[in-house]
Amino acid sequence: MNYHLNHLKELESESIFIIREIAAQFEKPVLMFSGGKDSILMTYLAQKAFYPARIPFPLLHVDTGHNFPETIAFRDQLMEKLGVKLLVGSVQEAIDKGLVTEETGFNASRNGLQTAALLEALETHQFDAALGGARRDEEKARAKERFFSHRDEFGQWDPKNQRPELWNLFNGKKHMGEHFRVFPISNWTELDVWQYIAMENIELPNLYLAHKRMVFNRNGVYLADSEFINRKPDEVLEEKMVRFRTIGDMTCTGASLSEADTLEKIVEEVATTRITERGGRADDKRSETSMEDRKKKGYF
Amino acid sequence: MNEPLSLEEYKKMDLLRFTTAGSVDDGKSTLIGRLLYDSKSIFEDQYDAIKETSERRGEEGVNLALLTDGLKAEREQGITIDVAYRYFSTPKRKFIIADTPGHIQYTRNMVTGASTANLALILIDARNGIVEQTKRHAFIASLLQIPHLVVCINKMDLVDYGQEVYEKIKDEFSGFAAKLDVNDIHFVPVSALKGDNVVEKSDAMPWYEGGTLLYYLENVHIGSDHNLIDCRLPVQFVIRPYKDEFHDYRGYAGRIAGGIFKKGDEVMTLPSGFTTKIKAIDTFDGEVNEAFPPMSVTILLEDDIDISRGDMIVRKNNIPETSQDIEVMVCWFTDTPLQLRGKYTILHTTSEARCVVKDIRYKMDINTLHRNVDDKVIGMNDIARVVLRTTKPLFFDEYRKNRITGSIIFIDEGTNRTVGAGMII
Repeated sequence: MNYHLNHLKELESESIFIIREIAAQFEKPVLMFSGGKDSILMTYLAQKAFYPARIPFPLLHVDTGHNFPETIAFRDQLMEKLGVKLLVGSVQEAIDKGLVTEETGFNASRNGLQTAALLEALETHQFDAALGGARRDEEKARAKERFFSHRDEFGQWDPKNQRPELWNLFNGKKHMGEHFRVFPISNWTELDVWQYIAMENIELPNLYLAHKRMVFNRNGVYLADSEFINRKPDEVLEEKMVRFRTIGDMTCTGASLSEADTLEKIVEEVATTRITERGGRADDKRSETSMEDRKKKGYF
Repeated sequence: MNEPLSLEEYKKMDLLRFTTAGSVDDGKSTLIGRLLYDSKSIFEDQYDAIKETSERRGEEGVNLALLTDGLKAEREQGITIDVAYRYFSTPKRKFIIADTPGHIQYTRNMVTGASTANLALILIDARNGIVEQTKRHAFIASLLQIPHLVVCINKMDLVDYGQEVYEKIKDEFSGFAAKLDVNDIHFVPVSALKGDNVVEKSDAMPWYEGGTLLYYLENVHIGSDHNLIDCRLPVQFVIRPYKDEFHDYRGYAGRIAGGIFKKGDEVMTLPSGFTTKIKAIDTFDGEVNEAFPPMSVTILLEDDIDISRGDMIVRKNNIPETSQDIEVMVCWFTDTPLQLRGKYTILHTTSEARCVVKDIRYKMDINTLHRNVDDKVIGMNDIARVVLRTTKPLFFDEYRKNRITGSIIFIDEGTNRTVGAGMII
């Protein structure tokens, strides 16, 4: 027998180790759930980590109010299946309370406002560790992220002063009021995620599979028609065969033209594509360091 | 290279983690950029973005180094500050690169990157030959027991692709490495800038008969990098489902740190010393008959024994050392020097303890490998041999035998920061 794991099994094992480590080291962890494939993968891995017991922490969804309706429907079904508690942090509430001010204009997005709602939810519930599905291959600031990422009492990230992480020894020690963001799938790439989803046949919202949808073109990115977004006069709706490579708000998630309507076809498409998955994310295009700037303030 | 593979082919790929080290300006970022670019792992939008930045700064050509330097401060200063992880794959393997800064005050990042690596890639500028940094990197690779070392002699284009230059550096490095604890060293002459021998074989160096760097990375045998002899399972978490159908279920979850555990094996639990048998090895996907590193599994035992996090399951006739007095090689990470008689929290496997530093034996001069017994001020980036007394017994193996059960980290009890890394001797 060959005592050697393939790359997907090794990544799975590493992630399970990290997830178990969170349950062991923290008093009140929470899993940040966005409804995207990475957070669905996270819940799947958490299920594996504690089987046959239930996932020993709740899930937190920061709801911008601008989600795809398919995301919310899928989320509610999944929670019922897993038997875990879902908490919802609302951006709309943060706006109503006056914690944040909504952006206006054609490119208005609630993406940046999620940070306030997230920090508010973490503080209210006194969570000391928030698990996220961020990956290092997604974005250059995320490439510098640790598995166990320390946040000060303001939820800020200090990228130049991070704790070194050696072997599989994770230092989750903190002072009162501080917390950790933990990223168990740090080492997965987009392609790994899709290969694994196909291998394990994990259920996903149908937004990820190619389907017909009314879209319009803005700066080279196809956006889905929705009530949350103001079209400029010259932006005309057209029906296209599209799928979403990442799922965030309807206001900033670009659709890509695709015929890939099965998991196998998606794996093939991702393997041959020449544009990064966040290439369609308007929120990353605001400046060269927009992710780093948002992360320092407490973004995922 | 980007022909889509079938799912069955993906299941045959394995994972190689390697660390890169180089001095400032010896072309490390360019080499990584080249590996990513020539293996078609750079996406068009990433390429366009760095092309635009290069042009804006008035640089000649596309600066591939911009791909890896992600933080604002790094881009501004043109240096790498922190370990960056990069990913690429070929049909054979997925690669994780821990790209670590070569600058002297950031040695701790190199140790960090090296701790999980199967392979270390060391860069030497062909014009300068072996410099202080080269020795430092090789020593750290040896200290951290990275199983494979590949030395890239870079900028061959600037020395007219001369064989003598390559051979001279190779001999000098081999001489130095003989004093170290490294078994597998491989040399490749490259030009990261021009792409010679990185992914494509170079026409400019017909005298070099070996394979390209990528060929070596794809083919180096990593199947025996884990310890498959000494069975060790540090218990990470106890799984108790509290569900009717799993009423008496008590599973010991963890990641196998060594050896091959089999269902029915007679095992001993530490520290209790009780012996029992493995009833089952459980996973979400069903029971398995064998578990080996680095699998994460859940072990069920025949007898009801009190076991908790930090305990270890081992084979009865092959137990780790158990002691409160240990000697370690420590690499120090912080400005405040290691304190003789100082107390620190330590993490070892899944166990936590406190320790007091009883003695500092010597400080290592990593350029000369000289052991200095007179200078005992252990500051940032220093490496020293120290004696510790721990508050409770640790179950450990020599770091040379097992990188998981032989390693510890030091945590400052005031700041909670990770201040040092230790390898048990």
